[in-house]
Amino acid sequence: MARKISMRQAINEALEQEMTRDASVFIMGEDIAGGAGGNGDQDAWGGPMGVTKGLIGKFPGRVLDTPLSESAFIGAAVGAAACGMRPVAELMFLDFMGVCFDQIFNQAAKFKYMFGGHAQTPVVIRGMVGAGFRAAAQHSQMLTPLFTHIPGLKVICPSNAYDAKGLLIQSIRDNDPVIFCEHKNLYGIEADVPVESYTIPFGEANVLRDGKHCTIVSYGLTVGRSMEAAETLAKTGVECEVIDLRTLSPLDWDTVMDSVENTGRLVCVDEANPRCSIASDISARVAQDCFKALKGPIQMVTAPHSPVPFSPVLEDLYVPSAQQIAAAVKKTMAN
Amino acid sequence: MNAAKKSTPGGGIFPLDKPDLLVAYRTMRRIREFEERLHGEFAKGDIPGFVHLYAGEEAAGTGIMMHLKDNDRIASTHRGHGHCIAKGVDTKGMMAEIYGKATGLCKGKGGSMHIADLSKGMMGANGILGAGAPLACGAALAAKFRGDGGVAISFVGDGASNQGTFLESLNLAAIWNLPAIFVVENNGYAESTSRDYAVAVDSYVDRAAGFGLPGVTVDGLDFFAVYEAAGEIIKRAREGGGPALLECKMVRMYGHFEGDQQTYRAPGELDDIRDNKDCIKMFSERVIEAGVVSRAELEAIDREMTAEIDAALAFAKSSPSPTLADLSTDVYVAY
Amino acid sequence: MTDNRIVPIIMPKWGLSMKEGKVTGWLLEDGTQIKVGDPILEIETDKIAGSLEAGDAGVLRRRVGTPDTVYPVKALLGVIADPSVPDAEIDAFVASYVTPPADEGDDDEGSKTEIAQTPAGALRYAKRGDGAETVILIHGFGGDLDNWLFNIDALGEAATVYALDLPGHGQSTKTLDNPSLTTMTSALSGFMDTLGIASAHLVGHSMGGAIAMQLAASNPAKVKSMTLICSAGLGPDIGSYVDDYVAAQGRKDLKPALEQLFADKSLVSRQLVDDVLKYKRLDGVEAALKGLSQALFGGRKQHDAPASNLGAKMPPALVIWGKDDQVIPVAHAANLPGAKLHVIENAGHMVFMEKASEVNNLIKAHIAAA
Ligand SMILES: Cc1ncc(C[n+]2csc(CCOP(=O)(O)OP(=O)(O)O)c2C)c(N)n1
Ligand SMILES: [Mg+2]
Repeated sequence: MARKISMRQAINEALEQEMTRDASVFIMGEDIAGGAGGNGDQDAWGGPMGVTKGLIGKFPGRVLDTPLSESAFIGAAVGAAACGMRPVAELMFLDFMGVCFDQIFNQAAKFKYMFGGHAQTPVVIRGMVGAGFRAAAQHSQMLTPLFTHIPGLKVICPSNAYDAKGLLIQSIRDNDPVIFCEHKNLYGIEADVPVESYTIPFGEANVLRDGKHCTIVSYGLTVGRSMEAAETLAKTGVECEVIDLRTLSPLDWDTVMDSVENTGRLVCVDEANPRCSIASDISARVAQDCFKALKGPIQMVTAPHSPVPFSPVLEDLYVPSAQQIAAAVKKTMAN
Repeated sequence: MNAAKKSTPGGGIFPLDKPDLLVAYRTMRRIREFEERLHGEFAKGDIPGFVHLYAGEEAAGTGIMMHLKDNDRIASTHRGHGHCIAKGVDTKGMMAEIYGKATGLCKGKGGSMHIADLSKGMMGANGILGAGAPLACGAALAAKFRGDGGVAISFVGDGASNQGTFLESLNLAAIWNLPAIFVVENNGYAESTSRDYAVAVDSYVDRAAGFGLPGVTVDGLDFFAVYEAAGEIIKRAREGGGPALLECKMVRMYGHFEGDQQTYRAPGELDDIRDNKDCIKMFSERVIEAGVVSRAELEAIDREMTAEIDAALAFAKSSPSPTLADLSTDVYVAY
Repeated sequence: MTDNRIVPIIMPKWGLSMKEGKVTGWLLEDGTQIKVGDPILEIETDKIAGSLEAGDAGVLRRRVGTPDTVYPVKALLGVIADPSVPDAEIDAFVASYVTPPADEGDDDEGSKTEIAQTPAGALRYAKRGDGAETVILIHGFGGDLDNWLFNIDALGEAATVYALDLPGHGQSTKTLDNPSLTTMTSALSGFMDTLGIASAHLVGHSMGGAIAMQLAASNPAKVKSMTLICSAGLGPDIGSYVDDYVAAQGRKDLKPALEQLFADKSLVSRQLVDDVLKYKRLDGVEAALKGLSQALFGGRKQHDAPASNLGAKMPPALVIWGKDDQVIPVAHAANLPGAKLHVIENAGHMVFMEKASEVNNLIKAHIAAA
């Protein structure tokens, strides 16, 4: 049975259901219960955004508040995964990856390969990404391209509550390390989400809208803006196919390329900085493999190549807008 | 085998009875033979990459590992051959791995710095200094969740003991009371830089105290000292007594890696090591002098080990190399 | 609207969650003489596309709905009236038409279906109408009660209609131990007992038809009549649909599978595919479907022949088939001696969706006669 819940609740429910189903699943992170060692509420925070609220009461001993030691606890999650557990470690803001990146890209991502296929590392590292929260340069980045660059990591970025639950359950059941990127500005947005557990397979993009004139590819927060642009353009007779990538590694190249074969035009929308981004990656591959199908120049709509600014005025200009996306479609259509 | 077993035919001189003394000797000889043959072969130019030899340090790895079972985990270092062998990993598979052959433990994809055998609880040598400590915390956490009495041991050199990951792990293990043991293998140098220059405290016991952990320093050249100290610490951890730090003061007999001219050493330093600080020689003399084991018995083991490593080398040299088809297997995401 | 010489054509409510629909095109010109059941115009919802069929006869006097425009449920789309009604009256009717608010409780979707705790587990069902006769709609393999969206309200005008989600399906329990026709039949029987339904007119589609026959054979007192639509259990043959449906992991495989259900493939909308995919991805569904398909249709053969057990216990029976059925061959329609038979042109396995009013009228007549 489905009912409307927020992406925050959907993630909480995915964690709860998987912890119920599988005793090897546990969660850890700074303040994910909150109140550890104090005399007050032991579930004081449930994570800085309340995503894990209520879980410690249901799973005492399996919701671990960690010290402020990302290297140690992310590494411990990786180590526990290599020893048969299924840890879900919250890195709070994925910007903090800097201090523990080694444990992720040199350890977790490489065990299976370095060890000749004999290791599996079912760890999920989840945390917040994205701008729009007035959290400035070190708490707002969309670092997805950094993760997709690393073979061995699976990289997920849901755009809505339904996908978030199914993809997180899939992430926990998956035997490889997964970086699960949660856009902080989507936490409060509701969608129809089944009460039951379900999974969404990795490497399956979601085509949200059919269209014959132009393909718009996006993920995360900018999926909504891409849809908004497509609806506006539809009123002028321009029909866009909107693709939500959902999983960035693996990436559903077939769906992207089939669509471009049909439309002949491509706009890549990416909240990351433009250099070596998801947008540039897709543009390059499509230019290489679908060159003959292209009727106009590929357009990229990304954040500017700057850190995320603090000033609300500037930050609002930072994330790709529906207007920018529509303008990019018009630009490629003009050719 | 455990430290409590002290009924010995040697009149209570040794903490192990004769069969176990022979096991210890065999393990140390196996390591030494393996490393010395590598030293010779490396000079011929047939072995690719970095090779860091454990020769001279055998007493430490062996004295500790004799307390472990397959479900106890170790996180090793770049100088990992000795840890592997002492943990029971097969020398043929190791040798083939070091030669980069398809028959290697990791199918030739890991090499000397990444040899792993998870079935033996060996979670991998590690090319990143200090990276093993968080992983060991994770392994210890997994053992604690399972309640199987398992322990995890993190090996770290004196140089790597300055890494944040290591220090964070001491704290994490302490606050979670993990069955984790941090072994500092202090061979006096990090590459060419001396421990006395790079480590601010004189004693690792003090460093452990700073994190609320018990610390013990032993003469790492003395197999029996290591064996007894490790036995107590491991037993305590198994019984829920929590983590500890064990410093083994030791020497390395060869360069940091093969090809190192070692000009940073004082004149005569290496001769002194060979003549007076060879841990295997020291062990042999003691057991022979005590009349527990005869020289002939040890020489028989020496011959056995030479034959074993001969066979390992022949296996490695005659094994096929991996092919292009292996290049992108065993990785979670195919581009 | 008191004037019954003027009949409004309104945006229908197809299914529980439909709040609005888009007129995609008119099929008839102004002034056309219309019979009941004639398709008048095409409508698309986020779930399904279909044509609105005439519920009343008369002349199409006015086309109000504009193509490519979205209207709320019950909005005025057109006017049917006798030629004798003056244009001015039609104008006035259109001008004064007010779209009635949605039915009470419409927002509250939960109240539209309920859960019955039966011996086979929790089963979801919908109930419509309060007529003297009781009708139970039984969906086919992989379907659910929402398949009956074009039928349940129409049948509910004259009867008390139940539609259930069988175990392993829709929003009912996904646990299906010992999957077999017998298990499914006792689930239906237990459902009737739980709701205190002593006997009913069974309308079964595909696998649901086989279940209806099996219940009639094993427990004749419970079955007053049966309507078998493109029913399983009347012969050994079956197409690749069940295998394709079970195997489909993504939209790309599922869409062609679902297209096998309809004569008009364009009825398979993106939303329909998405909804089925969401169902298929629930924990437990794959196992349930695999077990059930293996037991009933493994090796692409129908394993059960409930018709052969009916003998003298056969209730009044009506067999309806879509002539273009790709799942179960229309030839099976002739395999139930003593049943009334209707083969409908230009319709496939989902004939009750594709030709809803025709099928609804046949069922109503059959029940009335039984
Ligand atoms: C993070 C990191 N920094 C630097 C190096 C290069 N490096 C390899 S071994 C080594 C010295 C290690 O010294 P120590 O920890 O004492 O171990 P030992 O070699 O003496 O066994 C250095 C600096 C590395 N592999 N990883
Ligand atoms: Mg050193």
